[in-house]
Amino acid sequence: MNARSVAGVSWRAAVFAALALIAWQLPHHVSDFRLIEFASVGIYFIAIFGLNIVTGYSGQISLGHGAFMAIGGYTTAMLIVHRHWNELATLPLAGLVAGVAGLLFGVPALRFSGPYLAVVTFALAVATPSVIKKWGLTGGSSGLSILTFHSNRWYYAVTWISAGILFVLGWILLQTKPSRAWRALRDSEVAAAASGVNVAAYKIAAFGISAAYAGVAGGLLALLSFGVSPGNFPVQLSIYLVVGLVVGRLGPLVGLLVGAGFVEYVQIYAPKWVSKSPGVPTVAFGVALILAVFLATALGALTNRWHTGSRETT
Amino acid sequence: MLFTASDVAQQVVSGLSTGGVYASLALALVLIYRSTGVINFAQGEMATFTTFIAWSLMHHMSYWPAFLLTCLIAFGGGVALERTVIRPVENASVLTIVIVTLGLALVFNGASAWIWGAEVRSFKSPFSTRPIHVAGVAFSIQDLGIIAVSLVLVVLLGLLFRFTKLGLALRAAATNPAESRLVGIRVGWMLALGWGLAAVLGAVSGMMAAPLVFLDPNMMVAILLYAFAAAILGGLDSPIGAVVGGLTFGVALNLISAYWNFVGGTLKLPVGLTVILLVLLVRPQGLLGRRVVRRV
Repeated sequence: MNARSVAGVSWRAAVFAALALIAWQLPHHVSDFRLIEFASVGIYFIAIFGLNIVTGYSGQISLGHGAFMAIGGYTTAMLIVHRHWNELATLPLAGLVAGVAGLLFGVPALRFSGPYLAVVTFALAVATPSVIKKWGLTGGSSGLSILTFHSNRWYYAVTWISAGILFVLGWILLQTKPSRAWRALRDSEVAAAASGVNVAAYKIAAFGISAAYAGVAGGLLALLSFGVSPGNFPVQLSIYLVVGLVVGRLGPLVGLLVGAGFVEYVQIYAPKWVSKSPGVPTVAFGVALILAVFLATALGALTNRWHTGSRETT
Repeated sequence: MLFTASDVAQQVVSGLSTGGVYASLALALVLIYRSTGVINFAQGEMATFTTFIAWSLMHHMSYWPAFLLTCLIAFGGGVALERTVIRPVENASVLTIVIVTLGLALVFNGASAWIWGAEVRSFKSPFSTRPIHVAGVAFSIQDLGIIAVSLVLVVLLGLLFRFTKLGLALRAAATNPAESRLVGIRVGWMLALGWGLAAVLGAVSGMMAAPLVFLDPNMMVAILLYAFAAAILGGLDSPIGAVVGGLTFGVALNLISAYWNFVGGTLKLPVGLTVILLVLLVRPQGLLGRRVVRRV
């Protein structure tokens, strides 16, 4: 490890420690009901972080990560309701089950390039609630209720400790060989294959890991909402994750925190500030998504010009 | 469970009418995909929005004037959208543009709920739901009317593309933008016209669907999924394929949900997902699309 990367690592470790300290102290300084909002931000953060692995790093778009959250959420709820598991013990399993589902989905996904994968994952997100309704163990349309309650601080702590662990694991993963392989195949699959990257294995792995993150997020969502129902995992959830990712990707990895906060607080404040209509947050998300893409495109063009020293002519 | 010839015939006809709705929306998707390789995720929500406009207009005028006025508004709106929202990213990757259309979908979905409210409304149909009897089989006039409207639309579009100078320019711009520019075709405007035409097709499919499924801001989400299935089944770059795919899928979906109890009315969306997956895995170019050969 050379001096520069040591400096980079210690700088990042310092930022992480500062954020962890803030997260630790926060419950003493804010009112109790805010902690539920923060817990919700943490759930979005985990899911968006996972989505970033498959979309941001391996370059496979997913408009259907809400489906993997649903798998995780239902795993947690079914283990608690039908098998009386300890709540915390269900979370790793929620990640595991969703991760396996992600691996399985990653196999056919190999065959679909860009916009086609968008269509398939979108269809997955739209179709998931009706599959859940059909299956008896899931409690059908009314879903399952989890009847153990904890303090707001408990939900906050569980969510952000999970987020912290998953962030560190993910961050380590993204410093190592897989992340270079993913970025290589995102930029050019052919070039990556020619350099000896096992394209299929890495793409499937990205889907699996990313779905596992979504699964844990779904399990936490099940705890926080005292249960699950098909209505908890609409197609909008999947799209909101994409909004959070695109907004958050404007900055560094920590920017995903901003993306997650954005997804949560637009839903809270848009009805308060503008109008109570459920359409308002949706419009805000749409506008933000379009503007973020415009901004990213403009920034990309700008940095390109810096690097090449001239305007690109195509 | 009834399984008589007349019952099957009825299911086929009502499948053709929902198929007509899917075909119109699928055709809209194909029009945009063919010229730029972009799949427009906003197509369904644009259709919902224009159907709400039609709903408002119908308080002030009778059905067909409102229908035509809606088509005009949709056309203008589609052209304007391409010029203002898609144009700034036209040189970006296809995926970037797809994400912009996703943003548009959110904007129109939210705007529909914001302006008109989220409640479910009934929507006038120009056709009576009275059945007519042909050889012992009862067909609803509404089903036949929807099939007729979809067919007229397809024929009009076919004539536009095949026999007018504008149609030729539109096709040229889609096939070879660089050389079209050299012969003086304004490719950018042709793309915008494509968006306008697609918006009209979407508006018609929305207005045909609304009496069947009722009007609400999420009306077209499921129909968009079916239109994806239809377009992919027919081949995303083939307009004829979109129509064939739409009608085939409509009939198949109706028969499956009528005669396969396990699917029934509840698992229709997963059928759409399955069709999309299977076609893409087995025959990615669809029934009538061109096989894509990629040079590396």
